[in-house]
Amino acid sequence: MTGGVLGAMRAVFVRELLVFWRRSTEVMTALVFFLIVTTLFPLAIGPERRELMLVAPGVLWVAALLATTLSLNHLFASDYQDGSLEQMLMSPYPLSAMVLAKIAAHWVLTGLPLALLSPLLAVQMALPTKAIGTLVGSLLLGTPTLTLIGAVPAALTLGVRGGGVLVSLLVLPLYTPVLIFGAEAVAASAGQGFASVAHLSLLGAFLALALSFAPWASSAALRVSLD
Amino acid sequence: MKLIHKYAAPKRFYELAGTLTPGLAIITVVLFVSGLYLGLYWAPPDYQQGNAYRIMFVHVPNAWMSMMAYVAMAGFAAAGYIWNVRLADILAKVTAPLGASFTLTALVTGSLWGKPMWGTYWVWDARLTSELILLFLYVGYMALQASIDDPRRAAHASAILAIVGVVNIPIIHYSVYWWHTLHQPASLTLTNQPKIYITMLIPLIIMSLGFMFFYLTMLCVRARSEILWRERHADWVRKLVGLET
Amino acid sequence: MSGALFTAHGLSCARGDRTLFAGLSLELDAGEVLQVRGPNGLGKTTLLRALCGLSRPMRGEIRWRGEKVSDLAEDFTAEVAYVGHLNGIQGDLTAAENLRLARSIFARRGHAGAGVDEALDRVGLRAQRDRPSRHLSQGQKRRLALARLLILRRPLWVLDEPFTGLDVASVANLSSLIGEHVAGGGLALVVSHQAFDLPGIRGFELARYCRTRR
Repeated sequence: MTGGVLGAMRAVFVRELLVFWRRSTEVMTALVFFLIVTTLFPLAIGPERRELMLVAPGVLWVAALLATTLSLNHLFASDYQDGSLEQMLMSPYPLSAMVLAKIAAHWVLTGLPLALLSPLLAVQMALPTKAIGTLVGSLLLGTPTLTLIGAVPAALTLGVRGGGVLVSLLVLPLYTPVLIFGAEAVAASAGQGFASVAHLSLLGAFLALALSFAPWASSAALRVSLD
Repeated sequence: MKLIHKYAAPKRFYELAGTLTPGLAIITVVLFVSGLYLGLYWAPPDYQQGNAYRIMFVHVPNAWMSMMAYVAMAGFAAAGYIWNVRLADILAKVTAPLGASFTLTALVTGSLWGKPMWGTYWVWDARLTSELILLFLYVGYMALQASIDDPRRAAHASAILAIVGVVNIPIIHYSVYWWHTLHQPASLTLTNQPKIYITMLIPLIIMSLGFMFFYLTMLCVRARSEILWRERHADWVRKLVGLET
Repeated sequence: MSGALFTAHGLSCARGDRTLFAGLSLELDAGEVLQVRGPNGLGKTTLLRALCGLSRPMRGEIRWRGEKVSDLAEDFTAEVAYVGHLNGIQGDLTAAENLRLARSIFARRGHAGAGVDEALDRVGLRAQRDRPSRHLSQGQKRRLALARLLILRRPLWVLDEPFTGLDVASVANLSSLIGEHVAGGGLALVVSHQAFDLPGIRGFELARYCRTRR
């Protein structure tokens, strides 16, 4: 029977990729947002490389975090509107498994491109070359956690007035630990503190925790929202 | 379970809370008056901070209560979600603004205390920062409650949020503390009092109890009015307010 | 406890702070169709959603093969096919993709019914097979949603206003699909204003369980 769950999860995953691929603008929005926000900072702070280098880890991480938050609205909203989500509740497999597959697909389409794009922006922000590896690594470990945690408020606010802004309000405070350790890891390997391995392993621990908790919480949230 | 359900009927709780409120209010006033007297007159001035430290008698209890109220809120919310107890939903809902005001008071008194200590109203002190994030969590909870019309859905949705929040609070708290020690290793913090004298501890404990009873009093008062609003179509409320005889 | 396959006992549901119905009981056995009737706003949709496990009723218990639905969890949903107001059709996928993916997401091994093409044939959408389903008309989308019933072999059909938007021929077609399903030992719970006639059909007046005061 486990083959059945995995088969269903794979089908959900494929379905998400297919749908998002056909609406590629939505994938691009988050990415372009990341790009533009990071570009705004040198314009506001000034092109001084030393100053940019100092704020680069924080800026890159905050921008990635905001881009992820922005993309959360696409996670469930269209499936909620057309009734697909309602049908997903009628699946013969645990809802949390289906949700996990959805979150995974969402991350592949938003978090992963974000991490892959980040070296380019790191150069733009005058981040030392030796820190770029850590930046990509911290984003690869951190953004899935952000998507996992964000799935809960995204599910809770379905069909609610002002849902989009509300999601940010609910989710941003929960993001603080990931932000702290993500940005600190990058800063550390840019030569401003301790070694970054400890931070990265903490990000890994957050990811493990989120993996065990978030699918369950967001499927409970979906059941409430569709009640 | 049967007994809980009996007292968890909103009508029964309305009556129970009504009889408890005056007693709780009197205890609160007595604790506040004696605590403030001991804190403001009886306790000697601090040899380093002079009289400025006395704001601690308001700040620290509020900081404690802000955390406790969140845990209580999550507990009530979880009970309401799991066992479908409406009273627990109501208690969770009315705890949120109380907890938020404890948090806000802790922030304001903390920054007032910061002025004589650091020479500025705001420093990214570990406790103040994590109080600020706690305030955001409360605001989010209340915003979610307010934006869902159906009371049952509002209660269940915000219950899930509160549970997620309560799991996250320790992580947020320790992340912020770690972040703080990394960036300001040498600064004086509100949390690490070098030594606390018994003359300061007694008023502090009394004030903390005072705020706890204040919370219980307000919980009863607010829960009663929430019950009246939710049960406004019920016969007993209509009789109570004289719409029906 | 009676021996019927699907029973509900003492069911109460509310919307907002208003109780819609209370103390509702019904039973349904293999080969039966139950048509839930009643004016708008009575809570027919709420009843159906509670019966197929999409929402938690305030009070009461629902049993499937004698066991509580809440204990069965996914083992119950594996036996129910629900078509609600929303079609559950993803507009960016073609009709065939919608069905094929639904088949792998919703059918347990060995529980798949008709093939995708066969199902499309039965609802007359073979020609629309590879068109993005957002280009389908309302009625065609409805038919696609109904085709999902055929690709999943689930004994209990729960249909909320399934005839909405269907033309005369499709209405007749759906009636015969329900008839076949029931004749093969299936159960069907249908909310509909449309009068349709099938062997084994019973009416259910929801109004009997609703309070008069509004």
